[in-house]
Amino acid sequence: MTAAVDHVMPAPRQRTVRRNWLRSEQGRGFTLLSLPFLYALTFLVLPMLVVFAHSFWTQTYLTIDRSFTLENYRIALTEPIYRDLLLRSLFISLTVSVATVLFAYPIAYYISFYGGRRKGLWLFLITVPFWTGYLLRVMAWKVILGYNGVLNTTLMGLGLTDKPVESLLYSTNAVILTLIHAWAVFAVLPVFVSLEKIDRSLIEAATDLGDGPLRRFMRVTLPLSLPGVTGALLIVMIPTVGDYVTPKLVGGTEGVMIANAIQAQFGRASNWPLGAALTVSTMVIVTAMAGAAVVVMRGFVRALR
Amino acid sequence: MPDPNAQTGKAMIEISGVTRKFGAFTALDRVSATINEGEFFSLLGPSGCGKTTLLRLIAGFDQPTEGGITIDGQPMEGMPANRRPTNMVFQSYAIFPHMNVQENVAYGLKRMRLDKAEEKRRVEEALTQVELGHLGKRRANELSGGQRQRVALARALVMRPKVLLLDEPLSALDKKLREQMQVELRHLQKQVGITFILVTHDQYEALAMSDRIAVMFDGQIAQVATPKDIYQRPVTRQVADFLGGMNFVSAEVAAENGTSLTLKTRGFGQVKTERPEGFVVNGGTATLGIRPERLRVLWDDDRSENEIAGRVVDRHYFGEITHLIVEIPDLETPLSVIETNDFGADDIPVGSQIRLAFDPDALVALRD
Repeated sequence: MTAAVDHVMPAPRQRTVRRNWLRSEQGRGFTLLSLPFLYALTFLVLPMLVVFAHSFWTQTYLTIDRSFTLENYRIALTEPIYRDLLLRSLFISLTVSVATVLFAYPIAYYISFYGGRRKGLWLFLITVPFWTGYLLRVMAWKVILGYNGVLNTTLMGLGLTDKPVESLLYSTNAVILTLIHAWAVFAVLPVFVSLEKIDRSLIEAATDLGDGPLRRFMRVTLPLSLPGVTGALLIVMIPTVGDYVTPKLVGGTEGVMIANAIQAQFGRASNWPLGAALTVSTMVIVTAMAGAAVVVMRGFVRALR
Repeated sequence: MPDPNAQTGKAMIEISGVTRKFGAFTALDRVSATINEGEFFSLLGPSGCGKTTLLRLIAGFDQPTEGGITIDGQPMEGMPANRRPTNMVFQSYAIFPHMNVQENVAYGLKRMRLDKAEEKRRVEEALTQVELGHLGKRRANELSGGQRQRVALARALVMRPKVLLLDEPLSALDKKLREQMQVELRHLQKQVGITFILVTHDQYEALAMSDRIAVMFDGQIAQVATPKDIYQRPVTRQVADFLGGMNFVSAEVAAENGTSLTLKTRGFGQVKTERPEGFVVNGGTATLGIRPERLRVLWDDDRSENEIAGRVVDRHYFGEITHLIVEIPDLETPLSVIETNDFGADDIPVGSQIRLAFDPDALVALRD
């Protein structure tokens, strides 16, 4: 009966109720969110759903058989070639992200603690190499690491070797080196920001309580900058797993990564369902690795105290 | 300088001829002072006078350009902050945000490698001293301003330093809590018997807590004395002005010797005063000062040996006291008088003639 009473509520009043809801905190929040939400839905969720759906289908020459199957996942996870590619990709991205952060931390530390009034200039200078395109920078590494490249000619000129070192280019090391260079800035910035946020009197307090430079770094500066370190680690780790330009240009056969295989499935091999299954598997594994990285870093903070 | 309140008389800190320059700016200019063992010593002055710079030199966060500091007989030159027998309570408290209260307090003990039980006992003892025993597990970001201040205090005291340095520790607290903490800090200092050096710009704080105060202006110490002496017998006009209100009257030097001055003023007549430290007779003039509360309103037929007559030109009511501005015929500036309200000073009409009594001892000669 009460429901019936609600329905005979005069129409104008209902309209004011609706308008009031739109003006309420909650209503305004949802209104503001609706556009980005639509954007995310169209460009993020829908494509992922398409990929996800494809991963359960089968390619039959030119058409796609839409009956449900887990065969693609079986291939993606058990075929030695894909398993090796995936493991290699994870190894490369882990090495690159750890090395990049180790390399970026001292730079960020120097700028934050000794940059003085020139902090802005230092940060600006660090971004200068990134004004050229990514491809050009990878090509530059080809010139440096190549058979008759800068490095080999220098080594020979110094008499350290009599013939060019062939393993410089077209190897896993070349991929790692190029990626470290490519992602350095993205690691410097978050670490720099977290170092900037540390109240300098905390470091003085640590000194006052008896800590020398190394101990106070380990007990105060490092733990307080770890959010930035974790951020930098993830920012580098997640995209490098899926990089396919760098391995293609400087990796040779040894440096091929999982993204090259995925690209091949969507391209020449024309097996979208397998490509989709490889994509989803990679995504899940990278998410797990990123989560593990966060947990490890948290444990590290606790151990430092 | 004699110091009747010195606790043992043994010097804990000797500051001799310390100068600190930052480029062309001289933050400290040949400062010398002796701070005794067990003493509560305050560095008082306006912002930029060099008091914090001096504290940081004692702590070892900064090195003097010239001169030296010894702590407990040991020269501190080249000794880094982490190896000095001093601990500091920072103005911002500098509580480690990634640790809880206990971990903050135990921070400095960790490197002494005490056994677990001893460490725990000392942390608890320090937390009890500052009445925070129940908050050991609190995260640093869950503490109020007053609690943070107590944690900072416990963290420094647990180290059992020879000297505790306090950099404006109460300035971030509200008035009530600040007054309460002044009393508590004073008790705590008596209880632990450690030398405390407090930096403050609040004259009441310095007066209420210290055994001795050094008043600083422009990188120099103007006067070191007990709170009572510094308030009642300031040696310069600047010191007198910084510590509460003061009426300044210009005077002529009628006679002088090594320890006393005889000054002639219009209004107050001829008075004999102590000769302030470093006083130089220059052109035969001097400044005489008298605190507003040392002038007393004479009612009806009251008589006093020393009185001065004038007209009330303004009156300000402050609850328990009234502030009267009294014009004296012979004086160029009117006198300010503070009178308690228990006899009806708040009812004296503006424009009325009144007589004021003064104690000649309350008049002090001041260096300009």
